[in-house]
Amino acid sequence: MSHAATPLTMTNATVKIARPRLSERHVAGVLILALCAVLILIIALPLWALLSKSLEDPQGRFVGLANFVSYATTPTLLSSLTNSLLVASVTTAIVLPLAFLYAYALRRSCIPGRGLFYAAAMVPVFAPSLLSGLALIYIFGNQGLLKSWMMGASLYGPVGIIGAEALYSFPHAVLILVTALSLSDGRLREAAEAMGTTRWRIFHTITLPGARYGVISAAFVVFTLVITDFGIPKVIGGQFSVLATDAYRQVVGQQNFPMGAVVGIILLVPAVLAFFVDRAVQRRQSAMLSARAVPYAPRPERRRDLALLTFVSVMALAIVGPYGIAIWGSFVKYWPYNLSLTLNNYDFAAVDPEGWSTYGNSLLLASLTALIGTALIFTGAYLIEKLKLFPRLRAFAQFLAMLPMAVPGLVLGLGYVFFFNAGWNPLGFLYGTLTILVINTIAHFYTVGHITALTSLKQIDGEFESVSASLKVPFWSTFRRVTAPICLPAILDIAVYVFVNALTTVSAVIFLYGADTKLASIAIVHMDEAGAIASAAGMASVIMLTAIAVKLAHVGLDRLVFGRLQRWRQR
Amino acid sequence: MSTNTAPFISIRKLAKSFGAFQALRSIDLDIHRGEFVCFLGPSGCGKTTLLRAIAGLDLQDSGSIQMGGRDVSHASPAERDFGIVFQSYALFPNLTVADNVGYGLVNRRRPSAEINRRVEELLALVGLPEQSKKYPIQLSGGQQQRVALARALATAPELLLLDEPLSALDAKVRIRLRDEMRSLQQRLGVTTIMVTHDQEEALAMADRIVVMSDGAVEQVGTPEEIYRRPGTPFVADFVGHMTFLDAVVTGPGRVRVGELDLLVANAASFSAGTPVRLAMRPEEVRTRSITAETPNRFDATIGDLSFLGSYCRAHLEPTNSRSTRIAADFSTNAMRDLGILPGQVRTVAFPPESLHVFAGGGR
Repeated sequence: MSHAATPLTMTNATVKIARPRLSERHVAGVLILALCAVLILIIALPLWALLSKSLEDPQGRFVGLANFVSYATTPTLLSSLTNSLLVASVTTAIVLPLAFLYAYALRRSCIPGRGLFYAAAMVPVFAPSLLSGLALIYIFGNQGLLKSWMMGASLYGPVGIIGAEALYSFPHAVLILVTALSLSDGRLREAAEAMGTTRWRIFHTITLPGARYGVISAAFVVFTLVITDFGIPKVIGGQFSVLATDAYRQVVGQQNFPMGAVVGIILLVPAVLAFFVDRAVQRRQSAMLSARAVPYAPRPERRRDLALLTFVSVMALAIVGPYGIAIWGSFVKYWPYNLSLTLNNYDFAAVDPEGWSTYGNSLLLASLTALIGTALIFTGAYLIEKLKLFPRLRAFAQFLAMLPMAVPGLVLGLGYVFFFNAGWNPLGFLYGTLTILVINTIAHFYTVGHITALTSLKQIDGEFESVSASLKVPFWSTFRRVTAPICLPAILDIAVYVFVNALTTVSAVIFLYGADTKLASIAIVHMDEAGAIASAAGMASVIMLTAIAVKLAHVGLDRLVFGRLQRWRQR
Repeated sequence: MSTNTAPFISIRKLAKSFGAFQALRSIDLDIHRGEFVCFLGPSGCGKTTLLRAIAGLDLQDSGSIQMGGRDVSHASPAERDFGIVFQSYALFPNLTVADNVGYGLVNRRRPSAEINRRVEELLALVGLPEQSKKYPIQLSGGQQQRVALARALATAPELLLLDEPLSALDAKVRIRLRDEMRSLQQRLGVTTIMVTHDQEEALAMADRIVVMSDGAVEQVGTPEEIYRRPGTPFVADFVGHMTFLDAVVTGPGRVRVGELDLLVANAASFSAGTPVRLAMRPEEVRTRSITAETPNRFDATIGDLSFLGSYCRAHLEPTNSRSTRIAADFSTNAMRDLGILPGQVRTVAFPPESLHVFAGGGR
């Protein structure tokens, strides 16, 4: 600094400006209020409509808990509850140990191709849940390739549901457990090894306790996913009724809205429970790992690695195989008697009057949801995390943003039916339009995107807003010039997540679509109902491949963004 | 520092709590135009809270702040006139050095040529010419700190706030930058407040130091005042090293520590029999040219010696009061010239004016 000998006249270089024209406080207040209003409209009010509907009779009179009493005293309804609990418990018991071992192999061993095995486990995420059901039908169903393996038992019922649900929920468990097993302090293990501890003792005194919160969290997630899933029991459940199909039948089939609401609220219980357990667990998990922890780096160990490689290969085959067979089946003329290939099954118009247009609708929905949803979610998270004004309002918005996590899609869909269908609601005209599908899908997947955005925003220096304020630059300029560009990777993550889920979801939108807004995922349900399994599998495959293509494009784009557009990240 | 004119910033009865924790307890403080003031204290003493209240980043619960004759107690940061440098620098990672420095200028709708000129001028000022096209991650910590300083000065604020600006740097760079920052501040004459927990930094840079503890101001004074005449035991203990001994006042200007009778220059306010705390700095212990007339003279055994580079710290045990331990620093020169060794008995002395007497002995 010494060579700047000429005295600088600091004050004539700039012009002091008076008060800023637009008060940041006012803009912030308006934006936060608007965020609260939007979240109330798309999340809180539909849920409130569901709750109040469950306390009314079909004529809209308040009847207290009478609907719940009649639910509990109707054996056919009550049996769906026990069926659902049975299916969800058994699936969780099957998935959890397999997913743990799979995640353990990916994180704690030196098997080759870990990235590939990870990708293989993730395949079900990109397909509508009912494709796993269709796949099992191709393999073990009445015309299945391996029907003899069933030894006379019927696939259509609890067996098929559990098998398909296991397939569908497996990646979600693996995802959580891989994260849990990554968060470990390598020094603990080294200390134990230095003391000559046996491998089994290390496993059950260090590895397992270290991952126990992940195991609890995964168990709840799988249980909730299974109990609230609609697609699989719909295609493979046969006469075996579960809560999700009951809710659909009550509302769509019998127009018994109050009873549908009761089922919705019962479905809400495990999801809300899972939500609170997950939050409690996450708080402990992060406290367990100190900032100075050293990540564990596994060393090669021939026998262990070989055993795990065998296990992982079998599992990967068991996951990817069924989807491959379903795709194959969609090209087959007459399964399994005439296996010659054809494109006839992709002439969707032959089995569904909407034909290919449902796919177009799905793409449009997914694009709009990704575009609008990502903008809303990220801006909302910014307002909640970075603006220091109006703490009460921001806390309220945060609560609303976390709420959808605890609400299964089916339940949210029911809430939308009751809220937007209500005679008094001036927004009733939205029912059946693309708009309501977009709104509903944004609400449905809001929380995961919100958490992604928050995580990314929390990593940014908390003083950027203070610096901007001192330089008299309003926060929206800093949002545009600094915050959003820095968070671009997270924004892409959110957009892709929302896009993929909007493409594959069935549960919420099945109550809301209209004559010209039918989605591909709903068309699959209809084609399956009409017995056109090959076309249903074909449409599901198209959706899955689209979702995978988008994900791959995302990976490529991410590299481009990091590599070229964000030069500032590299030294 | 024209102390006779009205203060530039005047803070009255400023208080703030976070839940049950009182971060600021009724702070009164005046800061004059052109001054370099350091808020010094341990972590959690409220110094950063006070700085952020002055900036308007975290508003106080009660009390007022006047700035340049204007009441800004409830003004937003944008309505106050200051530049700020944070410990983390908070440089925008996706903008170049030039864009960072010009960040506050662009918003003022000046022609871009003028902005460019100003940015170049500022970068030259902080000693970083030719770096304007780089991104922050490509700079060293010290360079990033200079960019943050240039950005804070870009809008020519009347007040510069520095929140532990040097503590993320390694020792050598820290010392060089603190000298540069001090001379830059003096050249520009910008009123500056710096928060630090590093007493050496505060002593080296500040015109005045505000020592804080537990949300309150302990003492305000020049570095020399703070060091030579600490107003409270806390200041005495926090700034520099200090030996504390329990003592009893035996008469005007006389105290007794164990078996030692000592003359003190400034204990007039205490009456005989009052228990007090006596404090002395290790470097004030004299070992040379002690004569029969030297006051506060006593024999002591040199206890353990620890070598600390340019000096050694010894623990002295007075021969007639063995339970008393007094820290004393001897320069490496003195060690060599006098042949000081552990276990020796030597005659040492305390100048009466170097002894500080505080109320509240017997602890």
